Amino acid sequence: MEVGQMQRRLIEYTKSLFMEGILDDQFLQLQQLQDESNPDFVVEVVSLFFQDAEKLLNDITRALDQQSVDFPKVDAHVHQLKGSSASVGAQRVKNGCIAFRNFCEEQNVDGSLRCLQQIKQEYYHVKNKLEALFRLEQQIVAAGGSVPMMELSF
Amino acid sequence: MNQSNCKGSMSTASSSTNWKANDVVPDQFPAGLRVLVVDDDPTCLVILEKMLRTCLYEVTKCNRAEVALSMLRENKNGFDIVISDVHMPDMDGFKLLEHIGLEMDLPVIMMSADDGKQVVMKGVTHGACDYLIKPVRIEALKNIWQHVVRKKKNEWKDLEQSGSVEEGDRQQKLSEDVDYSSSANEGNWKNSKKRKDEEEETEDRDDTSTLKKPRVVWSVELHQQFVAAVNQLGIDKAVPKKILELMNVPGLTRENVASHLQKYRLYLRRLSGVSQHQGMNNSFMGPQDATFGAMSSLNGLDLQTLSVTGQLPAQSLATLQAAGLGRSTTKSGIPMPLVDQRNLFSFENPKLRFGEGQQQQMSSNKPMNLLHGIPTTMEPKQLASLHQSAQSIGSMNMQVNTHGGQGSSLLMQMAQPQSRGQILNESTSSHVPRLPSSIGQPIMTNGIAGGVIGRNGIGDNSRGTGYNQVPPSSSMLSFPMNHTTELAGNSFPLGSTPGISNVTSKGSFQEEGNSEMKGSAGFMQSYDIFNDLHQHQHKSHDWELQNVGLHFDASQNANPIQGNLDVSPSVLVHQGYSSSQRSGQNRNASAVGRAMFSGVECVEQGNMQNFSPHLNNLLVDNSVRVKAETIPDANCQATLFTEHFGQDDLMSALLKQQQGGIGTAETDFDLDGYSMDNIPV
Repeated sequence: MEVGQMQRRLIEYTKSLFMEGILDDQFLQLQQLQDESNPDFVVEVVSLFFQDAEKLLNDITRALDQQSVDFPKVDAHVHQLKGSSASVGAQRVKNGCIAFRNFCEEQNVDGSLRCLQQIKQEYYHVKNKLEALFRLEQQIVAAGGSVPMMELSF
Repeated sequence: MNQSNCKGSMSTASSSTNWKANDVVPDQFPAGLRVLVVDDDPTCLVILEKMLRTCLYEVTKCNRAEVALSMLRENKNGFDIVISDVHMPDMDGFKLLEHIGLEMDLPVIMMSADDGKQVVMKGVTHGACDYLIKPVRIEALKNIWQHVVRKKKNEWKDLEQSGSVEEGDRQQKLSEDVDYSSSANEGNWKNSKKRKDEEEETEDRDDTSTLKKPRVVWSVELHQQFVAAVNQLGIDKAVPKKILELMNVPGLTRENVASHLQKYRLYLRRLSGVSQHQGMNNSFMGPQDATFGAMSSLNGLDLQTLSVTGQLPAQSLATLQAAGLGRSTTKSGIPMPLVDQRNLFSFENPKLRFGEGQQQQMSSNKPMNLLHGIPTTMEPKQLASLHQSAQSIGSMNMQVNTHGGQGSSLLMQMAQPQSRGQILNESTSSHVPRLPSSIGQPIMTNGIAGGVIGRNGIGDNSRGTGYNQVPPSSSMLSFPMNHTTELAGNSFPLGSTPGISNVTSKGSFQEEGNSEMKGSAGFMQSYDIFNDLHQHQHKSHDWELQNVGLHFDASQNANPIQGNLDVSPSVLVHQGYSSSQRSGQNRNASAVGRAMFSGVECVEQGNMQNFSPHLNNLLVDNSVRVKAETIPDANCQATLFTEHFGQDDLMSALLKQQQGGIGTAETDFDLDGYSMDNIPV
């Protein structure tokens, strides 16, 4: 596939992610921060996010697994996940966290577990999508092209 | 401003070597603004760093609050602004905010994914200059330099106001122009602005434009020397030149001293003002209904409480006021802080009542900044001293009562106008030995009293966390405020107690031990009063002390003086007490100014001692948690409010002190040189 095509594909793909609400405007902010001095900025940040999120999800899972659930602690983890997912633009994950916090406040274990499941799903979903996106970008660059900037015009 | 976006094209209009009175900020400001970012979330941290770099700021990132604090402490002038997350595992963001405010007096921006109203309010009350919701956008970061400029400008203004007394040649309007060439030059550019004809001026001017002027770091020792010199000269007569001579520190310029003095004054003011604020916030409002009619104007709450408890006789009130006012004349600045502080608190009634007139001045808006200089370090000590002195204060109060004026002086000092407060003290003193009716006197010389109160107020609002020390911060905080209102309605240094507690919580006073202590010292006075007032309100006592401490925190003083003052409230309280005992002079009503000053002293050096007697009294009576963190070393240096002093700690410390050895108060504080006399009311 030639560069132009790949670039178009990338744009379409990215757009779809926005349309579906998987990513939001914050992701664009990250992309705009990227420049020649820092060409892998987005990939780096997102990778950091993945690491952090997985750790948090594990912590939350463990905490909810306890006999007596420490909800404030769970809430703290969720809050952090909310912050980092919001910062990278992982909108659905962020929304899941918001819902989760309500369950925490109510100290509702079942609700929390269900919510956790949902967040995990959303997380893996966005992870896959972003990884695919980065692969596309890599291909373009490898083919000698440049990665087009997305503009949120919709 | 010319600086346009952070991307860079800072095309300042003037190339400036000397920036004139317009807004031109020399060179590339805000490029190069030194930002410290603290967030435990690595993702956010990296993103923020990148965004800030894009804005051409110099970024240092840090994922732990403790590390951030130590970085700030090691390099006092190394940063212009701090951005911190609210939820962090090792330390609460608000607590960090308080510490920074007290110790370094830097603008702090809070941020969080949490946009709940309570949290945002907490940020505001703790003194954050802004609150950002995550995810943070770069546009939000582009303009953060405004907070740096604003802060400097306010300080400048305060300096002018309080400093006008000092030097005739000062150019008051310099503050208007706050052009900031570099935050590092805080003192420098201010000085240069002020003194056109000073020799150093030229040099300052040039320097300011370079963004890199070395800043004098007001260490505890230096601050103590400063305070000693000020006390020796008398706060009213303390002009930079003379202070400089007395201090005899090589390499120190008159400008350095002048700016420090400004801050110190603000701090004192803030102390007295804080208390007012605090009263406002808190619940104290109620109970005391105010026999004081006059005072009630304060916050409404404070006065009332004060009046009620204090039963300040109208005459004494008047006397105090007069005294306070008289004092304040010299230091215009001082009253202001109080007022400002009041303003700080939204609740507050715009007039702190300190001296009614003064209050208005105070509204000048810097409640928090007033006590910049006050070394936060004072807190611990002060608290400790306060604690001790509290007891003595009780006695002192009595004295105060007699003097009437003195007591008020304490208060007054803080807020200058506090004369009322003093009255309260007096009246209250009868109730509560603790309440330092003498508060007015020894504890906080006017400056402090005001400062203390102010601090309290500030402490209150600004920091919810600040008051960490004081568990019931809210209650405590209000206490000062209330007290202040009651007491003097205005200058009630006690009000500052909340501040004091802040101080304690902050613990950060260590840095400027002296200045901060002072802050609390001021509180002591107020504290006493409060104590009296609140006899029934135990909390208040604690609070006061705490506030004092807190105030120190609040003072965030970049300069000991200012910052400390804030802190001082709590510190002062402690200190005040102890110091009062020691200094004797404070105590007696003899010097209203003195009293105030003692507060101030604490600030300077841990005058807290003066306060401590009061504090002790307060403590004793209340058994409030005021943990007078009577830090054994009187020198306010930071000992008072070391971080580990939580509010609870503070309270317990205070309590312990009370129980333990009120008498020791004096020994604890090395309030040297803190002579109440100097505190300009």
